[in-house]
Amino acid sequence: MNSFSESLVVAASLVSHFDPNLLEIVELSLRVSLTATLASSILGLPLGAAIAVGRFPGGQVLTVLLNSLMGLPPVVVGLVVYLLLSHAGPLGALGILFTPAAMVVAQTILITPIIAALSRQIVADAWGEYREQLVSLGARTFRAALTLIWDTRFSLVTVLLAGFGRAIAEVGAVMIVGGNIDGVTRVMTTTIALETSKGDLPLALALGLVLITIVVVLNAATQGIREWARRRYG
Amino acid sequence: MAEPSPVASLPIVCSGGEVRIGQTRILSSINLTIEPGTSTFVIGPNGSGKSTLLRLLHGLLAPSQGAVTWGGRVGPPVRQAMVFQRAVLLRRSAAANIRYALRLVGIVGAEARKRIDDALAEVGLKALAQRSARVLSGGEQQRLALARAWALRPEVLFLDEPTASLDPKATRAVEDIVRGIHARGTTIVMSTHNLPQAKRLAGSVVFLDEGRLVEHSPAHEFFASPRTPEAAAFLEGERL
Repeated sequence: MNSFSESLVVAASLVSHFDPNLLEIVELSLRVSLTATLASSILGLPLGAAIAVGRFPGGQVLTVLLNSLMGLPPVVVGLVVYLLLSHAGPLGALGILFTPAAMVVAQTILITPIIAALSRQIVADAWGEYREQLVSLGARTFRAALTLIWDTRFSLVTVLLAGFGRAIAEVGAVMIVGGNIDGVTRVMTTTIALETSKGDLPLALALGLVLITIVVVLNAATQGIREWARRRYG
Repeated sequence: MAEPSPVASLPIVCSGGEVRIGQTRILSSINLTIEPGTSTFVIGPNGSGKSTLLRLLHGLLAPSQGAVTWGGRVGPPVRQAMVFQRAVLLRRSAAANIRYALRLVGIVGAEARKRIDDALAEVGLKALAQRSARVLSGGEQQRLALARAWALRPEVLFLDEPTASLDPKATRAVEDIVRGIHARGTTIVMSTHNLPQAKRLAGSVVFLDEGRLVEHSPAHEFFASPRTPEAAAFLEGERL
């Protein structure tokens, strides 16, 4: 009857005592998702800016494609990466299936379209506003793209946070390619899924609390950065 | 790098210039020459093609037909600048906005610093050099845009209704700056829908109507006795 409140009490104690098992899981989650976010920014930001500023055939198609890919189902990404990385797959020789590296790959594929599509939108809006002035000043396309990325930096940071939020909260992809191996590839979301099905609610709840806290902090940070930048830079 | 090469962008000659956007003809067969040292004001009703003409002469737009040449050459000239109706400033300090423009034309270091100081002083923004450009008032933003343009020491300065969204005080400040820049030999090409302003500043007037160049006369003649009925009607309407 009171299993929820009891579990909550145990969960709170796990969090407040920095339970080593819990910390390990949280740490791996952060490491995997931060690495994926970094990789996605390196790929997605320039891609988004290039599509926004560049004029090349198929630009429109690419935009539609990117926007569609934003909604990629994590389990499908997981499945595809699994097939690519499995022994018989084309990248099987890498031997990274069921390792954190595979999880980074899956999450990178999952959020690169999000980062690229959102940054394309932001940079395209800025390009609409700045284009004539930058051309008038003699900026060539590549320089203009860099200028726009720098000038929209605060909006782009929130894009990265959105990507990270998606990565840290998804379960389907990391479950499939990581395998949820205790001490190796077990992250917050996969642990919550597993422990819940096993009936070990305290650990699941504790991780849920941590996850929610991370998401709330991220959103607060996003909001804070926006506000600060608007006041400071207009 | 320090001092500009002799006249390179002038005269600007537009011969038979036509601009279409899609099926719509914005400008048709414009023949116009901008001579060095002149101050030409482009006026006309809304939608008559004033902004488009400035963009064509600046090289931002290519003519659909006809040609524009700068000092006899076809290439896009470097030593020009344009100030837009709404200043487009980067999210960095006032000084850094000018520094950015100078770097694009290869002016850096001590020469850049000198020009930045000089340009900010010229428009009375020296005290705000380190202020973020986008939090400045509308009038200050437009003065900064003028400072950025002036720092480039353009031979020709284009201004597209630069005071359209400014209050009278800021408008007067902009006019004084434009007058000062012109006095130092910079050719001015400016559009406005403010006729008193054109009377105050114009050397000659280009009157556009529905994308056609109807009249190009010295300003005093144009305002005293327009040669065409369209121009007369326009001036008449403005007087109401």
